[in-house]
Amino acid sequence: MSVPRFWRKISKRYNLEGTRCTQCGRTFYPPRTFCPDCRRSGEIVPFRFQGKGEVVTFTVIRTASDAFARQTPFVLAIIRLDEGPRVTAQVVVENVSEAHIGMRVRSVFRRIGTEGDSGVIYYGTKFVPDVPYPEG
Amino acid sequence: MTGIITYGAYIPRYRIRLEEIARVWGDNAQDIIGGLGVREKSVPDLDEDTATIAVEAARNALTRREIDPGEIGAVYVGSESHPYAVKPTACTVGEAIRATPAMTAADYEFACKAGTAAIQTCMGLVGAGMIRYGLAIGADVAQGAPSDALEYTAAAGGAAFLIGRDDPIARIHGTVSFTTDTPDFWRREGQNYPRHGGRFTGDPGYFKHVQGAAHLMLEQAGTSPGDYDYAVFHQPNAKFPRRVAEHLGFTPEQIRPGLVVPELGNTYSGATMVGLAATLDVAKPGDRIFVTSFGSGAGSDSFDVEVTDAIEAGAFRRDAAPTVRQLLSNPIYVDYAHYAKHKGKIVMQ
Repeated sequence: MSVPRFWRKISKRYNLEGTRCTQCGRTFYPPRTFCPDCRRSGEIVPFRFQGKGEVVTFTVIRTASDAFARQTPFVLAIIRLDEGPRVTAQVVVENVSEAHIGMRVRSVFRRIGTEGDSGVIYYGTKFVPDVPYPEG
Repeated sequence: MTGIITYGAYIPRYRIRLEEIARVWGDNAQDIIGGLGVREKSVPDLDEDTATIAVEAARNALTRREIDPGEIGAVYVGSESHPYAVKPTACTVGEAIRATPAMTAADYEFACKAGTAAIQTCMGLVGAGMIRYGLAIGADVAQGAPSDALEYTAAAGGAAFLIGRDDPIARIHGTVSFTTDTPDFWRREGQNYPRHGGRFTGDPGYFKHVQGAAHLMLEQAGTSPGDYDYAVFHQPNAKFPRRVAEHLGFTPEQIRPGLVVPELGNTYSGATMVGLAATLDVAKPGDRIFVTSFGSGAGSDSFDVEVTDAIEAGAFRRDAAPTVRQLLSNPIYVDYAHYAKHKGKIVMQ
């Protein structure tokens, strides 16, 4: 991915910032500037997602492109955020066998990839199982 | 008075036992564990670095207290392992907590005390009325060369402290520093791992500076060790903070909550900060906390902190974010091979 294409969306990627149609209440991530249901009568406003959701479906990547080869095997999932939209993101688990449909997840801030040893580092949102912390 | 508005810590879930490191290098594990007082250390996940740790710690801090991120006028991140040599970690943190763009930011480096130096900077800016809140973070994915003594303790973690004046959970009555040019530990530009003066660095480095700053602080505050409920010292291992506490007249009970190094390792710029966070996790209104960091090179920052009623009031929800003890529980243990992979120590094609 080119550097400008990434950085223009940095705040959206870091903070799960999308949009919402004030007419019908539908939320969008990535952000849309136009509601496909309400069309011209819908007003679009910024909307921040809480970062909690559920795994709709997932796959385990065992053979990845060079940029992700060191992370295999990893779980790539479609997650339905509690507010509605579906996002594709990595789910970080101890063992890929933990992943299952319906799994509750929460967002975390992680390194997404790097452009080699001297290129830019991409950060963004991944998900982890949403389990309570044990009593300390 | 300037103080701590909220705080948060973050520690990756992975751990390696010192026995496993000793097994690889043929060292006597019990001698090392006994000498350092450290059993295991934290290891970052494959996609974790100083920036991700700093962001998670900052977000934990802001989860505990509702603060308009637009009111955060400064973000400083202290670390020895900033992901970039040139491009601030603090900008990534600022963006990830939605404090940008009306804020100042910079990365700090002063070996293990860059985080407390960031607290002092924020205190100055807040005290001068230039900003309402300043965010000071100490975080590291600490570096130690394979088979070097540092490898047994170099860990990953960090903590974030939001500094301000309005209704702090802990007032910072004062801070002093003690700084000299002492090359006890260093890393040259472009080098992957730090070097150090070995076993002879304790007295002219750690002990001279921690005691120097601590004495100045006690003198300025007009207090003695007995006036404090807790004390936190930089913890490169468990032996140094225990010994310096004893020399200064603090008891083992006073340092106990903040001494997290046996299970965490040395998180370098995060070490004193995580120790303070662990102490605030258990502190009650009125408790007084003595804090002294140490950074090789060398210097120490000392703080006289007093917990207020706000730590148990409604605006601050201590249980909304994980405590340091909770972050230390439920670890995932890795062997040396996985540790080497996680730390990027394996040369790839």
